[in-house]
Amino acid sequence: MQKPFAITLDVGSSLANHTGSWRNTRPVYLDRLPPCNHQCPAGENIQAWLFHAESGDYEQAWRVLVEDNPFPAIMGRVCYHSCEGACNRGQLDAPVGINSVEHFLGDQAIAQGWKLAPVAAASGKKILVVGAGPSGLSAAYHLARLGHQVTVQEAGPLPGGMMRFGIPQYRLPRHVLDAEVQRIVDLGVHIDYNTKVSNVLEAQQQGGFDAVFLAVGAHIAKRAFIPAGDSARVLDAVSVLRSMEGEDKPMLGRRVVVYGGGNTAIDVARTAKRLGATEAIIVYRRNREKMPAHDFEVEEALQEGVLIKWLSTIKQAGESSITVEKMALDDKGFPQPTGEFETLEADSVVLALGQDVDLSLIEGVPGLSVEDGVVRVDVNMMTGYAGIFAGGDMVPAERNVTVAIGHGKKAARNIDAWLKGSAYVAPPKKELAGFDKLNTWYYSDAPKTVRPMLDIIRRQSTFEEVQGGLDESNALFEARRCLSCGNCFECDNCYGVCPDNAVIKHGPGKRFDFNYDYCKGCGICVAECPCGAIKMVPEEV
Amino acid sequence: MEQTVVKFYQTGTFTVGNRLLEPDQRSVQANTQRNNSLNSGHRACQGCGEALGARYAIDAAMQATNGQLIAANATGCLEVFSTPYPETSWQMPWIHSLFGNTAAVATGIAAAMRVKGRSDVRVVAQGGDGGTTDIGFGCLSGMFERNDDVLYICYDNEAYMNTGVQRSSATPPAARTATTMPVGPQPGNVFGQGKNLPQIAMAHEIPYVATATVADLRDLEYKVTKAMSMRGARYIHIFVPCPLGWGAASHDTIRLARLATESGFFPVFEAERGEVTGVSRIRHQVPIEDYLKPQKRFAHLFGAKPDIETIARLQAIADRNIRRYGLLDEAAPTAAQNRFKRLRDPLGDRAAYPATNVGVE
Repeated sequence: MQKPFAITLDVGSSLANHTGSWRNTRPVYLDRLPPCNHQCPAGENIQAWLFHAESGDYEQAWRVLVEDNPFPAIMGRVCYHSCEGACNRGQLDAPVGINSVEHFLGDQAIAQGWKLAPVAAASGKKILVVGAGPSGLSAAYHLARLGHQVTVQEAGPLPGGMMRFGIPQYRLPRHVLDAEVQRIVDLGVHIDYNTKVSNVLEAQQQGGFDAVFLAVGAHIAKRAFIPAGDSARVLDAVSVLRSMEGEDKPMLGRRVVVYGGGNTAIDVARTAKRLGATEAIIVYRRNREKMPAHDFEVEEALQEGVLIKWLSTIKQAGESSITVEKMALDDKGFPQPTGEFETLEADSVVLALGQDVDLSLIEGVPGLSVEDGVVRVDVNMMTGYAGIFAGGDMVPAERNVTVAIGHGKKAARNIDAWLKGSAYVAPPKKELAGFDKLNTWYYSDAPKTVRPMLDIIRRQSTFEEVQGGLDESNALFEARRCLSCGNCFECDNCYGVCPDNAVIKHGPGKRFDFNYDYCKGCGICVAECPCGAIKMVPEEV
Repeated sequence: MEQTVVKFYQTGTFTVGNRLLEPDQRSVQANTQRNNSLNSGHRACQGCGEALGARYAIDAAMQATNGQLIAANATGCLEVFSTPYPETSWQMPWIHSLFGNTAAVATGIAAAMRVKGRSDVRVVAQGGDGGTTDIGFGCLSGMFERNDDVLYICYDNEAYMNTGVQRSSATPPAARTATTMPVGPQPGNVFGQGKNLPQIAMAHEIPYVATATVADLRDLEYKVTKAMSMRGARYIHIFVPCPLGWGAASHDTIRLARLATESGFFPVFEAERGEVTGVSRIRHQVPIEDYLKPQKRFAHLFGAKPDIETIARLQAIADRNIRRYGLLDEAAPTAAQNRFKRLRDPLGDRAAYPATNVGVE
């Protein structure tokens, strides 16, 4: 070919020059574990369902959520949402209102009548779940989805366990509970009510069950010895809250004293207020810092006019008054009696001193061991007796609904594996997406959206739900506050900021890849990734 | 007062793209069909700000002109790393001028297109700060004065990097280069008048002058697009950190540009016919040290005994910019507002959300 003067080579593109050979470290995409997911006792993939909520696809968000937890509407009301304490956005302005978005999604699902996806092919295995509380229902749900035939035997007349007989209606309206339980029943789970299992091995044998999950909860109120006159009215918190579900509401009188410092004590005091008590006083032997009840519940109770007598124990209960002794904390933080006494007027005393597990159904089961009143289980949630698993309040763990639901899920996976003759192996934990992994410059500044609260007067006198829900527009706002820690949300930053066009964009939902032929390993994509979903790794030489 | 609901989009327009935005509101760089005017395989250093800035700017100009664009390029890094004979990284008509005459070459191309009746073909001239503020300054001023129909883009990395980091008239005070005082009581570049080319361009009262950085893509694209919608002489000055010349980590290129603007050291604004019409307000103000510390060219200011006096003089430059352009002034017209005027649905970078909708007072 004839070339111009002094030109000896054909024109070529710089694409012939593979600058990737300059690199000594390379960027790689990864999914890190968001702190919210890490924290969640039910193992929810929070970031993943918020991702769908961000684009307004609430149904998909709900579907991702129920992969792990069948009770979004219940969670949105009663979960203590420790995820929000772990949320990285808390270090920026305020944590994402994960719980309020969950509440919104759960209510949407009920309002829109979203159904759970059909279950897997039948495995032919039969499983007995004892107790229709959060743990039992969660296990039943996950087992049913794995194709197993599940029968739940419940001693009470209605499902829900402590969600119904322990949590007052102003925190969890019963139509919400019923709707979410019904979805599990629709999945093919059979629940026998008023069926108390008195001997688990017998029940297993009679029904021909391949495995058993025990989740009977802790329903026996702990007692404390209080010298009381014949006419003194001393009740326990569990029966007070349970009788709220029946026809006859408990007779507590006008001046109610609640003894204890946990969430149950708060629930009883707030219930008493709603039943018309002019005074509801919680007597607690230590101070507020030591109180096991959650701060927001204490705060809501105080707002409603509940009084709390700190550093006090009840010495004696009479017909219309009680005697309390003042306490003082010693050097180790334990309360010690001071010898100072005081009289409080009280029509009734409700003891909220914790609950024990009714272990009668496992008596005589070989290999099964009990310690401190709870059943010992191994890391696979299995008791000492092969094929009998246990979870919820009857095993050693923190006692709340979310933990119980997590137990149900974990047990279901392990029961499934055990039935197949293998052991469930959890996928390896990803590295944590800490705040230092983020580039928060890129997120819009936005304060947290606060859920509406029933005004004080209304909630003192009614059992209406205290915490309302977000509406569509502010649920969307709240979801979009998520930083998507550690997981690509397709912001295109890496695709844009590469000086070498070495990022390949695959389109919506398909994320990106690096073109290592040209990537020089500068690391700008890592530094400018808002959510920490890229890291640099050394090249193998 | 009427309350407008400003929608909240997680990252707004801070990121390159945003799946929550309508496609026509996303950036040119987010589009898989972008031109990649400066293609892969170029020999720029790792993390080169100039390579990034050039692709941002020329891709936006290509989109604005439907690909009918010719570039004249002064000698400098950009020219050297993009076209080692016989390869080229440019996916567009492109000509290498001399170091000092890019503005004149571009003027010639524009004149040729006029003669040929090709009003659809537009011209950009581009160069580094050396080719613009020093060597090519005469030709550039002439181009401004004649109001030739050219967009001149200066990629400012504050020294002659191609030849080994020699000082230019755009090198900031106290910065060390190969040709500034290496030792003595005050090493680095002297505190002088400098040569503020955006201001000089404004003094020519040309139709459009703007500054931009690689840290704010949306702003940069808006300014290039706006410039291409106008005729006559236009000038855009893009701040492009240089990892090699500044002694910075290659991954810090965009961060440094961000710190330069957030400290006020590099003011980002736009001006029409000599009047400032919009500024990019500082979002999270930082002290000048945050910008200086990651750069080895300023390392002599820190060490065991920090040179507080010099740091304070540099801070004073930033403070003057903040006053002069109203970089912290809530009432100042912002380039972002100008940008949003062009969008169908106004978006907020910051959440302005009506309190009534969130259920609290």
